[in-house]
Amino acid sequence: MIDNARRRAGEAIEAFTNSTDRRRFIQLAAAAGLGGAWFLGPGAGRAAAVQTSARIVIAGAGAAGLATAARLSASLDGATITIIDGRKAHYYQPGFTLVAAGLKPESYAVSTTAQFVPRGVEWIEEAVAEIDPDADHVVTESGTRVPYDYLFVATGLRLDYDAIEGMSIDRIGKDGVGSVYASPEAATATYAEMSRFADRGGVGLFFRAETEMKCAGAPLKYTFITDDVLRRRGNRGRAELHYVCPQTSLFSVPIVAEKVRMLFADRGIETRFLHTIRAIEPGRKVAIFETAEGLTEMPYDFLNVVPPMRAAEAVRNSPLPWQDGPWANDGWVEVDRASLRHVRYPNVFAVGDVAGVPKGKTAASVKWQVPVAVEHLVEELAGRPCEAAYNGYTSCPLITKIGRAMLIEFDYENNLTPSFPGVIAPLEELWISWVMKETALKPTYVAMLRGQA
Amino acid sequence: MQELDITVFVSVFIEMLGPLLFWLLVLAIVLVTTGFVWVLIRDRGLDSKRLVRAQVVGVLGGIAAILFMQWITSSGFRDIGGPVDLMLVALIFVLGAIGTAIFAYTIQAVVLGEPEEPLEAF
Repeated sequence: MIDNARRRAGEAIEAFTNSTDRRRFIQLAAAAGLGGAWFLGPGAGRAAAVQTSARIVIAGAGAAGLATAARLSASLDGATITIIDGRKAHYYQPGFTLVAAGLKPESYAVSTTAQFVPRGVEWIEEAVAEIDPDADHVVTESGTRVPYDYLFVATGLRLDYDAIEGMSIDRIGKDGVGSVYASPEAATATYAEMSRFADRGGVGLFFRAETEMKCAGAPLKYTFITDDVLRRRGNRGRAELHYVCPQTSLFSVPIVAEKVRMLFADRGIETRFLHTIRAIEPGRKVAIFETAEGLTEMPYDFLNVVPPMRAAEAVRNSPLPWQDGPWANDGWVEVDRASLRHVRYPNVFAVGDVAGVPKGKTAASVKWQVPVAVEHLVEELAGRPCEAAYNGYTSCPLITKIGRAMLIEFDYENNLTPSFPGVIAPLEELWISWVMKETALKPTYVAMLRGQA
Repeated sequence: MQELDITVFVSVFIEMLGPLLFWLLVLAIVLVTTGFVWVLIRDRGLDSKRLVRAQVVGVLGGIAAILFMQWITSSGFRDIGGPVDLMLVALIFVLGAIGTAIFAYTIQAVVLGEPEEPLEAF
């Protein structure tokens, strides 16, 4: 009997070591030390570089543009790669929430574009003013015409604060108005306002706009963080928290929306759907929303503004956006959702926030989009077919209090795609998910900018 | 699931710790491990008194590792939310304890020299 058991164990080990699952198991075990699919991805430049004389322009040097530049320069030999962006500072935007929670200094989220522009890539330090995909060129703000054979649009998105009547960026940090997104300084100013509110109590009002937005979890996170700060200061009983949105659910993935609904109920956060922000009156401390019944006013002592978000003007004024459908108005680029290649201009790709695809406008999306789009171009230049496809993977470490988060990962089809099924439950508030967010995400992000992750 | 490259891990850890601290830690691990193996060979075994002292230091090192992780992540024991969190706490403790114990044993063996009584072969 013992011999039988020993033989069966031997067979099992042999089957395991020979199985195709072995590689995946080892990947998972190794990734578990860091933090999930966020950390998996092809290393750049392992395959022999493809010879080409193609002129490639990358419009935008944010996370997507820089990661694209790094991967292209590692994969191609002889290409002329030009990246165009006027911004000198680079922001680690996933860190803004931590700055606005009072946990990290502004410097945590700030670095420079220059330190991530790969060697051999020319950086034109100007904003993109015009994109003409019919004539295959980009025009910079000084009027310089930059021709291309291939274009990567990575211009990110524009925060349209002015679309909310009475709101502008300079209101952030005054009269109870906060907004996490605008800049590291705005995140700090938001914390100052939130902290003042947490000391006194009153009405906290959190909303999101009707457009697509970057990291749709961020407004939820900030509501949870404010709730936690109030509790830590013993003032939760003196405050009301309201979360208001134009949609009919709290999150686009139904199973996550249900979980957040339960958590909001547990925390005593009131929810209102089908309310679209139209105006704020900082003097009266009132926000005005449009509903089916007309305009309605809601008072606040602290307000977290999530403005409408749209593609940059240069993209919106070009023929690149969707021509109809839900993404046409805001200018998101009409790309195939699997290849990120433009549907009408095959020598154009869009990656990052500006891509007109469903789901996440997040750094996790960038990490998985960029290798796919780059591989499509590299294989085309090498004359080979390309099967690479982006499945919509994105990740949201949804903070539910300071010290806990839910590691939510999902795809285009609203499937949860947990990196550690059976180990790290995506819909549980866990310390391990928080630890990953705090320690491993920024290093992974930086490695991604360098094309190393 | 795309492929995992060991360089990804090295890159991420270098970004996490900074190149200087990363390579200093790698150097420290190599030095302490080499030193530990060297004293094992030299002494032909483990000295039980030194081992017990090293284990005591190891327990403190494990606790320190947990507190350090909580400190750098602005969190505490009240944030433990599920079994996997307890496993992470245990993992951090074990890694901290083993590392510190090996370090403490090696330092004792190097500073105090060979044991006066010959050790039994292990």
